[in-house]
Amino acid sequence: MKYVDEFRDRTIAEKLSAQIAREADPACDYHFMEFCGGHTHAIFRHGVKDLMPSNVHFVHGPGCPVCVLPVRRLDDAIELAEAHGVILCSYGDMMRVPGTKQHSLIRARAAGADVRMVYSVQDALKTAHDNPAREVVFFAIGFETTTPPTAVAITQAKAEGLGNFSVFCNHVLTPPAIGAILQSTGAEAAKIDGFLGPSHVSTVIGSEPYEACATSFNKPVVIAGFEPLDVMQSVLMLVRQVNGGRAEVENEYTRAVTREGNLKAKALTAEVFELRENFEWRGLGTVPLSALRIREAYGAYDAERRFALSPKASREVKSCECPAILRGQKKPTECKLFGTVCTPETPMGSCMVSSEGACAAYWTYGRHRHKAGHAGAAE
Amino acid sequence: MLSGHVDMTHGGGGRATADLIRNLFHRHLGNAFLNQGHDAALLPAQGGRLVMSTDGHVIAPLFFPGGDIGSLSVHGSLNDVAMAGARPLYLTAGFILEEGFPLADLERIVISMANAARDAGVPVVAGDTKVVEKGKADGVFITTTGLGVVPDGVDIGPHRVRPGQAILISGTIGDHGVAILSKREALDFETDILSDSAALHGLVADMVAAVPGIAMLRDPTRGGLATALNEIAAHARVGMMLDEAAIPIRPGVKGACELLGLDPLYVANEGKLVCFCEANDASTLLGVMRGQPLGRDAAQIGVVTEDETGMVQMKTGFGGIRVVDWLAGEQLPRIC
Repeated sequence: MKYVDEFRDRTIAEKLSAQIAREADPACDYHFMEFCGGHTHAIFRHGVKDLMPSNVHFVHGPGCPVCVLPVRRLDDAIELAEAHGVILCSYGDMMRVPGTKQHSLIRARAAGADVRMVYSVQDALKTAHDNPAREVVFFAIGFETTTPPTAVAITQAKAEGLGNFSVFCNHVLTPPAIGAILQSTGAEAAKIDGFLGPSHVSTVIGSEPYEACATSFNKPVVIAGFEPLDVMQSVLMLVRQVNGGRAEVENEYTRAVTREGNLKAKALTAEVFELRENFEWRGLGTVPLSALRIREAYGAYDAERRFALSPKASREVKSCECPAILRGQKKPTECKLFGTVCTPETPMGSCMVSSEGACAAYWTYGRHRHKAGHAGAAE
Repeated sequence: MLSGHVDMTHGGGGRATADLIRNLFHRHLGNAFLNQGHDAALLPAQGGRLVMSTDGHVIAPLFFPGGDIGSLSVHGSLNDVAMAGARPLYLTAGFILEEGFPLADLERIVISMANAARDAGVPVVAGDTKVVEKGKADGVFITTTGLGVVPDGVDIGPHRVRPGQAILISGTIGDHGVAILSKREALDFETDILSDSAALHGLVADMVAAVPGIAMLRDPTRGGLATALNEIAAHARVGMMLDEAAIPIRPGVKGACELLGLDPLYVANEGKLVCFCEANDASTLLGVMRGQPLGRDAAQIGVVTEDETGMVQMKTGFGGIRVVDWLAGEQLPRIC
C-alpha cells in the first residue's frame, strides 16, 4: 500500500537495526519512553523490539486516552447514563473499562442505560438531531488529537441552537503529562533517557511545546511517526543525542509535523476550551494545567454544568498496577494481576482494555517472550 | 415484484401466510421437495456419513457490496457442510421477519437465495416464516441448515492437525468485513471492495479429489483468520507460525483497515477457507486451488509447530515475531 509499505520496509529496517547496534554504546543502557499508545502498539505489532540491541529499552508511557482517565470521571459518565437518563455516546474503547466495583458502561447498558458506541463526535451530534426529546451527552476523551473535532461539534451545536446536546469534557494535554513524569522522583520515578514524542498529537500542537520539557529536564525528545521505520529512525536519533550529550527537540515525522502545528485546529480549540487549574490523571495524580474545560460562552453545551453530578468515593481495583505502569515505572508483567485475573476478556484496569494500553499490547502481541523464559526482554 | 409491507397476518398462519408462502417462497425457491407441501420434506436416503450444520444470519446492512443476507445465508450453511469435506445435498431456511419490512426487499432477498441455491445445485427443501412486532427484530433474520454427505475415506477435523503440516488459505482475507463496514451508517466510506461471499463446496470437492488426506478445513468467517487458527490450535494442542508477507490481502482492504485501526487478520470472510495438509501435499493442493476462480490467490501462509499451549505466532513483514491472539471483545477503531 502506497505511503505505508515504504515505512514498513524490512531491508531498511535491517539496516537501521545494524546502525543502532553500531552506535549504541555497549557500556550504556538506553531507556526511551514512547509516550503514545500508538507507538507501543506499533512496536509490538511489527516486532520492533526484536530489531533492537539488548541495551535499548522501551518504556511505555501514559499516552493512551482511555488508560489515563481516572475512575471517578468514568463513574461520573456511568452516573450520567444511569441516573440522569441521557443517551450517553462513547468511543467503543471506553465501554469495557472497569469503574468502581467493576461497574462499566457496557454493564450499565446491559442493565438498561442508553449507552451508544460512536466512532466520532459527529455521530453523537447526529444522535441529538435524531432524538430531539432526549438529552444526548458525548463522553469526550483524548489528547490534543481528538479535541478539535469536539470543538467543531460544540460550535456546530451552538450555531444550530441544538438544545439537547452536551459534552462531558475529559480532554487532556500531552506536554504537562510529560512534565509530570519527569518531575516524579524517588520510588515513583521511571528511568528515562529520552522520549519518542507523539505522532498524531504533534500534527496538531507542533513540536514547539516540547522544547520547554527538553530544556528544563535535560531530556532529548524526537517526534516520531507511528510506522515502525519511524520508530527505529527516531531511536537512532535519540541514541545520537544521548551519545552527544544533547537534549533537543528533533522532528523525525517531518512529513506531517511542523514546529507551529495546525494553527486552525489550535485556534478552534482555544475558542471553545480553556485550561483547568487541575485535573486528576490515572497514574500521574493531580497535574496542574493539564486538561481542558468548556468555556463559559459555550457553557450550555457543558454536561458538567448541565447535570448535577454527585460526589462519589471512586476506587480502582486494589493491586492493579495501572498507575505505576502509566508512569513507566513498572512493566505489565510486574503486576500480580497481569495474565491471571486481568486479561482482555476480564480487564481489571484500563491498560488492559484499550488496544493502545501497555498491558493489552503485552498480552496480545508479546506473550511469546514470557513463555520463552525471558520476560525481561519484552520491555 | 411484491409491494407493501410485512404485517402480523403474514405470520399468523392464516390465508395471508399461505399467500406469502405461495407467491414468494414457493415461487422463487420451489423444487420437488419443497412443493410436497407437507410439514416436513421427505428426502431420499444417501449412502455414507451425513453432516449437518446450522447458521443464523443477522447482518446489518441487509444488502451490501457483493451480496445480501439471502445469498449469504445460503453460502454460510453450504460452506459449513463443505468444511467437513462433504457434498451438500439439502438446505432449509427459517425466516424471522419484522413487522413493517418492505415486501419488495424481502422478495429481492428470496430471489438472491434462490439464485445462490441454484448456482450451488442444492435445493431449499423446507422452510418456516415467523413475524415479530416492529422493533423486536432488525428487518429480517434468516437461519439456514445444510445437510451433506462425506465421501468414504475422507476424515477432516481438528483432531488430524499435527506439527509439520502446511497451512494454506484459498485467497485474500478481510474482503467481506470491509465491504460490510463500508456501508455501516456510522462509517460509510468509499471503497470498491466487494464481499467474497461464495459457496466453496466445488473448490472443496476438487481439493478432496486431489488429496483425500486433507487434515482440516475451516472457513474463517466471524473473527477472521486469526480466530479460526486459534480455535484449531487450541483444539489440536499445536502451535502455528505464520508468515505475514505470504498472507494475501487486497490493497483496498489493507487501506481501510489502516484507516480504521483494524487488523485484517480479525476481519470476517465469507468465501475463503483455510486448509491444513501434509507438507508434501501443499503444492498439489495450491495447484488445484489456483485453477479455480475461488482459489485463484491461494497461498501457503504458515506451518504447524509443536506447542501444547496452542499459541499462534507470526513472523511480521518487518522482521520481528508477534503473537496472533484470540480477539477480546470487538475490534474497535482507534481513538488517538
